[in-house]
Amino acid sequence: MEKKNGQIRIGFYICHCGSNIASMVDVAKVSEYAASLPNVVVSKDYKYMCSDPGQEMIINDIKENNLTRVVVAACSPFLHENTFRNATFQGGLNQFYFQMVNTREHNAWVHLEAMATTEKALDLVRAAIYRVAEHKPLERKKVPIHPDVLVLGGGIAGIHSALTLANAGKKVYLVEREPTIGGHMAMFDKTFPTLDCAACILTPKMSAVKNHPNIVLWTYAEIVGLDGFVGSYKAKIKHKPRYIIEELCVGCNDCIEACVYKEARFLDEFNQGLSKRKPVYMPFPQATPQIVLIDPETCIHFKSAKCSQTCVTSCERNAVDLQQQPRFEEIEVGTVIVATGFKPVDARKVPYYGYGNFPGVYTALEVERLINASGPTQGEVVLRDGSHPKTIGIVHCVGSRDKHTNQWCSRVCCLYSVKLAHLLKEHTGADIYNFYIDMRTPGKMMEEFYNRIAEEGMKFIRGRVADIYPDRDDPQRKRLIVKAEDTLIQEIIKIPVDMVVLSTGLEPREDAQEVRRMLNITCSTEGFYIERHPKLAPVNTFTDGIFLAGCCQGPKDIPDTVAQAGAAAAEVLALIDKGYIEIEPNTAYINEEECSGCKSCVPLCPYTAISYIEEKKKAFINEALCKGCGTCVAACPSGSIIQNLFEDEEIFSEIEGILNFRNIQREMSYA
Amino acid sequence: MPNHNTEKQWTPKIVAFFCNWCTYTAADLAGVSRIKHAPNIRVIRVMCSGRVDPQFLLDAFAKGADGVLIGGCHPGDCHYIEGNYKCLRRFQLLQKMTTDMGIEPDRLRLEWISASEGDKVRVVVNDMVSKVTKLGPLGLPDKFKSWDEEMKIFEHSIEEKEVFEHV
Ligand SMILES: Cc1cc2nc3c(=O)[nH]c(=O)nc-3n(C[C@H](O)[C@H](O)[C@H](O)COP(=O)(O)OP(=O)(O)OC[C@H]3O[C@@H](n4cnc5c(N)ncnc54)[C@H](O)[C@@H]3O)c2cc1C
Ligand code: FES
Repeated sequence: MEKKNGQIRIGFYICHCGSNIASMVDVAKVSEYAASLPNVVVSKDYKYMCSDPGQEMIINDIKENNLTRVVVAACSPFLHENTFRNATFQGGLNQFYFQMVNTREHNAWVHLEAMATTEKALDLVRAAIYRVAEHKPLERKKVPIHPDVLVLGGGIAGIHSALTLANAGKKVYLVEREPTIGGHMAMFDKTFPTLDCAACILTPKMSAVKNHPNIVLWTYAEIVGLDGFVGSYKAKIKHKPRYIIEELCVGCNDCIEACVYKEARFLDEFNQGLSKRKPVYMPFPQATPQIVLIDPETCIHFKSAKCSQTCVTSCERNAVDLQQQPRFEEIEVGTVIVATGFKPVDARKVPYYGYGNFPGVYTALEVERLINASGPTQGEVVLRDGSHPKTIGIVHCVGSRDKHTNQWCSRVCCLYSVKLAHLLKEHTGADIYNFYIDMRTPGKMMEEFYNRIAEEGMKFIRGRVADIYPDRDDPQRKRLIVKAEDTLIQEIIKIPVDMVVLSTGLEPREDAQEVRRMLNITCSTEGFYIERHPKLAPVNTFTDGIFLAGCCQGPKDIPDTVAQAGAAAAEVLALIDKGYIEIEPNTAYINEEECSGCKSCVPLCPYTAISYIEEKKKAFINEALCKGCGTCVAACPSGSIIQNLFEDEEIFSEIEGILNFRNIQREMSYA
Repeated sequence: MPNHNTEKQWTPKIVAFFCNWCTYTAADLAGVSRIKHAPNIRVIRVMCSGRVDPQFLLDAFAKGADGVLIGGCHPGDCHYIEGNYKCLRRFQLLQKMTTDMGIEPDRLRLEWISASEGDKVRVVVNDMVSKVTKLGPLGLPDKFKSWDEEMKIFEHSIEEKEVFEHV
């Protein structure tokens, strides 16, 4: 690397990050070394480069020393690249005359030996210093942002986000896959820690969504495609056929009454299969919107076409349409909030708890319905065999904290178990045993809630349940034995109960991976969507303009879900109200002089941004369509495609910088 | 100041090209989770593994890298839909070529590491470092030098021969 005769004047800075970097990297050594590299005019180390004084230092140095380039070695560029680009800009330079060295996440935090870590820092710093000399001034393109927002999922998260945005005057499309909004919360009777009635707090919000002039509510609909980028996304929505004309139905339920099935015969999804419904049904009394639907799986018309179609004739408004087909619609939005929630772990995954085998074993969600005044039994806890339980065992952590199912703690199960213990006690007066591994009650008012309920005479047994089996000594009562080791007294105990409640954990939706691919966001191996940064960008994704809210990001309770939903809405508002968004200039362009017109780049572009101009016999890249992956650049045989920010020269000089270590080994004299 | 051996042992230098969206982020995650691994890799960030030009790899070897690692998103997960397939296609061709050049296959590696697989960064890096350590230095720059010498001698001998024949 040659000195560029004073034209290029680099300021180099290495951050101690308190002791995060400085304890592993000899920062003084690095800055001393950097000072010896070509074109470096200023080289300093400082406690916190991202602090105001750190940034001021850069700004002043640029002005005082006529710096033309800046390199900062600190944390990951995902964290502070923008901070330092901004300081570079404040100093009077183009913000892209900056390069960042990741010496914390990629170095100080992952290696054990200070000397090797320092040596790595030197290599990385040299690479950046070589690279930055090649940087070109670039401008961020401003693209206008479409003010409409798409919210996916109408659980409490989606509802809260949608209302917040709509109240701020934004148009929101709320797309819910099920025939009604409400999500899991709509199934609960009461909610911890306040024990307030779920319906009382949720139903008003559901109707507010339905009636809000700024919200377009589409239920029984799904997103099937998303194209574009932040500011201008095109979403393709599929409206599934309800066989009911939504605009005409008023929810009078006459068709349900008129159905040829006089008795309800089919498992009711909303009640977790604990009650029956007809092929034409309303999901639950407060379903929003109040529109019935027909289930083609069970309706005689769809199975044999031999139905007398009493539903059709009964409807005075002619709302029943058995010929309805799926309908597709494309909408334009600037931003998307993903609030698709969770699903409870299938209790059958832990076969020795006997769910599905022993009628006395219930999932927590089933119990939520059983104790619900509007549930299948109007809140009376009757078992599948018609009896009333006198002893109940609640098994915590089913499908959580277990390497055979899911490793994570689902965060809400201890608390909802305590809630169910209280409610079951209230409804049945039964003796209640809680089997827990540890009681986990984080959050405001949660430990107090647990203490209060524990005093109601519940029994808490610390130990994972090993087995659940029928009590052979008492075949009459059909009781079940819950076997566990009480780890506090170190004894195996066997407790006979009439009812077992399995507190199943929370896991990602089955289609989480599919949805993630469609939206181009990331999720962890298990399937919860990943936020851009756990602390600094908790509702952002790695894809600009797409945000997360609620349990699709990880298990959480309703207060946290709502907080996150509000945060996501605020992030969206911040984008919309700015009116435009600046995008990274890492797009590619053709150097026409070099282009031989071989067309090999044209089919490579997944966004069809490259075309071939016949008159000129040259390729052409439409910058508006280019997303800046650089695949065509790597493939061009004549090297005539250039990617801004990732030019060949920039990367070659980085390679050279990394590998030009021979001459430093002498300089690195640790005495 | 840290302890150190005065006799510095050879350890491999591995140049890595990580895509911005998956593998670079995974390496960040390894950092945030303090997952320790061998300090021999130097990561160059590219937006997509599809940006990795075969020339980058050849250049890295030519300038003294002992190994080159490419990290991208899993098939189907590329942020740009299919850049990683393009990368894979090139990689397979290139590995044939580098093998022909006498560069052992273990020195050139392509891995799919998603943003959540911080631990896979550790596994892959450690494994690659131990394999390349076993292979020893590649020393392509020195080899180039000796090839150049050989070439010179060869050319020289041809010249002599020609001179001889002309006489
Ligand atoms: C048994 C049980 C009891 C609980 N009790 C309490 C309690 O007392 N207090 C408390 O604070 N928390 C409780 N929780 C936790 C609570 O359920 C969650 O915090 C809350 O429901 C999360 O809301 P959400 O909107 O993120 O997800 P969800 O409620 O799951 O809603 C997501 C919505 O998105 C829809 N959807 C999914 N995929 C798509 C798609 N691709 N397109 C369109 N729509 C889609 C779903 O149909 C659903 O309507 C309990 C959980 C369980 C399992
Ligand atoms: S973005 Fe990761 S491989 Fe394309």
